[in-house]
Amino acid sequence: MGELRELYQSIILDHNRAPRNYGALPDANGHADGRNPLCGDEVTVWVKMDGERIADVRFVGGGCAISKASASLMTIAVKGKTATEVGTLADHFQAVVTGQVAAPAHTDPTLGRLATLSGVSQFPIRVKCATLAWHALRAAINSAPGTSAPGTSAPGTSAPLGAPPGQ
Amino acid sequence: MSHRADFPLLVRQPTLRYLDSAATAQKPAIVLDAVREFYETSYANPHRGAYALSGRATECYHDARSRVARFFGLRDAACLIFTRGTTESLNLVATAWGTHNIQRGDEIVVTRLEHHANFVPWQQLALARGAAFRIVELTPDGQVDLDHLRRVVTSRTKVVAVAHVSNALGTITPLAEIASVARAVGALVVVDGAQSAPHMAVDVDTLDIDFYAFSGHKMGAPTGIGGLIGRRAILETMSPYQMGGDMIELVGDDRTSWNVLPHKFEAGTPNVGGAVGLAAAAGYLTSIGMAEVRRHEQALTAVATERLASIPGVHVYGPDAAHRSGVVSFTVDGIHAHDLATILDQDGVCIRAGHHCAQPLLRRLGVGATARASFFVYNDRTDVDALVAGVRSAQALFHGAAA
Ligand SMILES: Cc1ncc(COP(=O)(O)O)c(C=O)c1O
Repeated sequence: MGELRELYQSIILDHNRAPRNYGALPDANGHADGRNPLCGDEVTVWVKMDGERIADVRFVGGGCAISKASASLMTIAVKGKTATEVGTLADHFQAVVTGQVAAPAHTDPTLGRLATLSGVSQFPIRVKCATLAWHALRAAINSAPGTSAPGTSAPGTSAPLGAPPGQ
Repeated sequence: MSHRADFPLLVRQPTLRYLDSAATAQKPAIVLDAVREFYETSYANPHRGAYALSGRATECYHDARSRVARFFGLRDAACLIFTRGTTESLNLVATAWGTHNIQRGDEIVVTRLEHHANFVPWQQLALARGAAFRIVELTPDGQVDLDHLRRVVTSRTKVVAVAHVSNALGTITPLAEIASVARAVGALVVVDGAQSAPHMAVDVDTLDIDFYAFSGHKMGAPTGIGGLIGRRAILETMSPYQMGGDMIELVGDDRTSWNVLPHKFEAGTPNVGGAVGLAAAAGYLTSIGMAEVRRHEQALTAVATERLASIPGVHVYGPDAAHRSGVVSFTVDGIHAHDLATILDQDGVCIRAGHHCAQPLLRRLGVGATARASFFVYNDRTDVDALVAGVRSAQALFHGAAA
């Protein structure tokens, strides 16, 4: 039960039950869908970019606790950050949940509460659940006029038709 | 009685609770031995070599076909075409029969239960040919709504494609009734037997159907082998599905004539090792007896559905045990199936979570994903106990409820 408790910490269960920044963002200027066809997880992320900076971000999605909590925690973590900062944070987060960066992630200052998802690294088949919203976020930022988040969007994420190509 | 001792993987992992046989079955030693024996004594390219070893391989292949045909009650073994499995078999029919027989304005009928393998090929055929694609809906307990079927099937219906057993709900469909509705309008009946072949006696000669597709890997055979059983009169009018070696009679510079059944539909070097394994799997199931397989799984299913349904917050989908194969699909309030599968996996309980390649069905059920436990000959009550205990501990973890 130890690794499970590590995976399903109370913060994650709380964000699963009551996700933050949940719902459409009417004045968004970028959005993207993320889909995991294997398990049916789906997420849509909206961003309102103010120049390079994320003025607001919201999401909607049905899926497992990991994907929902990850999206919820992500929205809190990235609000107010620049696209470049988000790119760096996303890379770091990815490295932690895939176990490429060894925890003591819990005291990792750059991750903050996102570190509660580090337990995912013990469950390789669940990594995609934790990173789905992040891929959608990058695609959403790329879809906003004039902005792009460094890094790559995974297959399965799609920007709306007509969006400027990301890098 | 459980036959766990016959399955080396389960013997080596005594604490494993394998409840995902609807996805694929574990392999009995008798199958693994038969495949090994074939490769060690009789392996060469069949049909081609002018030497005794190739003759032996050819014999093994033919013998495997006869034995598998017998398992399905098929007297004319040449009407059994070996394929990679159900998916390839259904695509074969939709392509080789469908493209020549479906015209604009025709109708293709499937049911809401179908696996994507018996849904997408027909949907795409309909789109390509300008035909209508109609879906027969279900009753609230997940059975084919025969009244709706009778309304949907018309004189324009050219094919009715239906699962014998649903992989997502376990529903056993009433093939005789469905076939008689289709027959009345002269429509072809194509049956997806992926989930019936391993779990109940199937006697194709007594079913009034035109095609029956199945996968060996769900029956205890290796992956990559399965079959399509078809009516001879229809198979003979059909053009080949793939072209190449073995399926030809005479290749001229300008034209080619086709080999006889079943070779016309088996282009390229066949999967002889797979066929040998499939015959051994069929023999293994016959030695237990398909009636006994069904009885064993039905008993486990009845216990599992009853015990799961009695847990507050757990919802079981699909019909009662009499109309259900060994598949139990369920959801738990507040716990996504994916999380449930991870939690159960920590106790060695393997279940499937997701849409089970049946998105049209899950959309209709109004759930994004279900958890699915499925049984085979190696399961017993202790597996059900572990499943039920795992669901309770997941609830405790998520809701802090008393386990
Ligand atoms: C009902 C049903 N149809 C078709 C298939 C496809 O079988 P296969 O993947 O072996 O081709 C499956 C198995 O996944 C199934 O359960």
